Amino acid sequence: MTHGDSRSKSLRDLRKCPTGIRGLDEVTNGGLPRGRPTLICGAAGCGKTLLGMEFIVRGIRDFNEPGIFMSFEENEKELTENVASLGFDLADLQKRNLLAIDHVRVERSEIQETGEYDLEGLFVRISCAKKQIGAKRIVLDSLESLFAGLPNENILRAELRRLFRWLKDQGLTAVITAEQGRQSLTRHGLEEYVSDCVISLDHRVVNQVATRRLRVIKYRGSAHGTSEYPTMIDESGLSILPLSALGLDYPVSSERVSSGIKRLDTMLGGKGYYKGSSILVSGTAGAGKSSMAAAFSDSVCSRGRRTLYLSFEEAPGQILRNMGSIGMDLGKHVRKGLLEFRSMRSTFHGLEQHLVSIHKLVTQFKPAALVMDPVTNLTSIGSTEEIKAMLTRIIDYLKNQGITALFTSLTPGGEAFEQSEVGISSLMDTWLLLRMIESASERNRVLYILKSRGMAHSNQMREFVLSDKGIQLVDVYTGTGGVYTGTARMNQIAADQARAAGAANEAARKKRLSAQEAASTRAQMEALRVKLAGLAQEAELGKLAEQGRLAALTQERQEMARARGVD
Amino acid sequence: MRAIKDSDRRAAASAGGHQREVWSLRLYVAGQTPKSVAAFANLKKLCDENLPGRYQIEVIDLLRNPQLAKGDQILAIPTLVRKLPVPVRKIIGDLSNTVRVLVGLDLRPRAGGEG
Repeated sequence: MTHGDSRSKSLRDLRKCPTGIRGLDEVTNGGLPRGRPTLICGAAGCGKTLLGMEFIVRGIRDFNEPGIFMSFEENEKELTENVASLGFDLADLQKRNLLAIDHVRVERSEIQETGEYDLEGLFVRISCAKKQIGAKRIVLDSLESLFAGLPNENILRAELRRLFRWLKDQGLTAVITAEQGRQSLTRHGLEEYVSDCVISLDHRVVNQVATRRLRVIKYRGSAHGTSEYPTMIDESGLSILPLSALGLDYPVSSERVSSGIKRLDTMLGGKGYYKGSSILVSGTAGAGKSSMAAAFSDSVCSRGRRTLYLSFEEAPGQILRNMGSIGMDLGKHVRKGLLEFRSMRSTFHGLEQHLVSIHKLVTQFKPAALVMDPVTNLTSIGSTEEIKAMLTRIIDYLKNQGITALFTSLTPGGEAFEQSEVGISSLMDTWLLLRMIESASERNRVLYILKSRGMAHSNQMREFVLSDKGIQLVDVYTGTGGVYTGTARMNQIAADQARAAGAANEAARKKRLSAQEAASTRAQMEALRVKLAGLAQEAELGKLAEQGRLAALTQERQEMARARGVD
Repeated sequence: MRAIKDSDRRAAASAGGHQREVWSLRLYVAGQTPKSVAAFANLKKLCDENLPGRYQIEVIDLLRNPQLAKGDQILAIPTLVRKLPVPVRKIIGDLSNTVRVLVGLDLRPRAGGEG
């Protein structure tokens, strides 16, 4: 909540009085009109008294503004007991002179009317209490019981008009509660007198599920949210969910978060999901959606960040056991307080209540990531449009907080895979599809990325293998016979390996052969070379012998000539 | 009409019940407004006529003692509270309607279902 911001902003137009009630100050742009009365109307049991009480107690606690609670219905003891469970110690606040409770009991049977009167007694009591504690706020709950208690309505109406004027003059920020009328906002038309701010609370039952809503009907001089806001009453009081007040201008991060599956990160541009993005994992029953969610949670927690895991189907123990069987120890994160499981049946309460409780959990736990498994389970409590509206609000809220959200969605068998059941795919940044492929009398899981905004992602199908070592993504084999997965893939791998081995052998053989040939050729060459050298030597010797013979012959001839005595 | 007819019987009964008791009455006002002044005058007259010598009236001005308003659950001004005899009765207004005051104080029976 941003009280500071809203307060300084509202100073420009109208002075506001923050209620401290979660969400209400956002819806009213900073709180109720200061120094003026606000009318809270609604049927019985819709939380009017609680709103009033929180306005007073939170005013004391959070804004240091003492307050008066004038109750026309419940007495001090009942009021004190009723809010004790919210951690409000009214007796202590009274002792510290910060709170004044005044129970105004009007019993028609005890009152005899005998002529002219006014309600000065009420004024006296208020101003007495105001003086005593220096009150800045007041609640009148509910003024309408005066109509039952006092016979003369004309006097009453005139006096109420005077009362509201007087409250303004006193500078008290007042909350006046009134019962809803059949045709009008309040049974006795109090909205005529309190015209500055009117808030309506509603408690209705749809499909046997109760939902609470709050709407600011009018707020003079101030901008305010006009929708019906889901409202919840729980152990810490009233909270209003101003989700639809959020716009599409959330901060965008380019930081990445690992999906917990290395190969998938690679497929998602090498780094995983974007921080603060929303991821949809859809698939048929048993396709491994929860395992993907668990892997993501594990990855976030391993980096020391918190994860909130909302499960609509399985109990925390069951998830821990199941994920243990695929080698993921989520228990260690739970023990460290990094992982928080919330398991609840979707039918446990209405969509709004889910919305508010998720909002509250997120506000308290401040996770870096949120898992909802599976969102399709919500169809049992709302129509597709309603769920889409709710998820839009959640997603907008989570994006504003920079929380990465992973939703799983169950695709019923036999329907189009590219259609998420609750029509939420368009809200998602990344959509992963898990499907089963049946071939060769086997069912195998295949994963592919249907879309992933803002990143270059793989268009490849991968086989999704769950084993006791965790999740692995394996290349699928595509060939003329179709997509190979499971055993068929293994056969293909084996065949490929055999083929590769055969080729290698052949190559080695060829290499060996050519080496042999080269060696023998080299040997032949050597022999020839030796032979050639021998021939050359022989020729040389022949030449020398011939010279010797010629020389001898010449000498012989000369000697013969000499002997014959040639002259 | 019935109230007046029955009045004698009722007066006799109440006379038996409250004969000797001293009536303790408290009139709450807020300042000297015309209504307050009228209420006090009306009350005085009524008591003198119906409870001669055995009543006491305490006037509480809430402007001076505002904290007293809470104890007797005062809302309307003027309010007359019959503290004694018990049970406590409350009458609001300027006490100009004598019959109603008498009924309210149990000095006359209540007529039918209408107070």
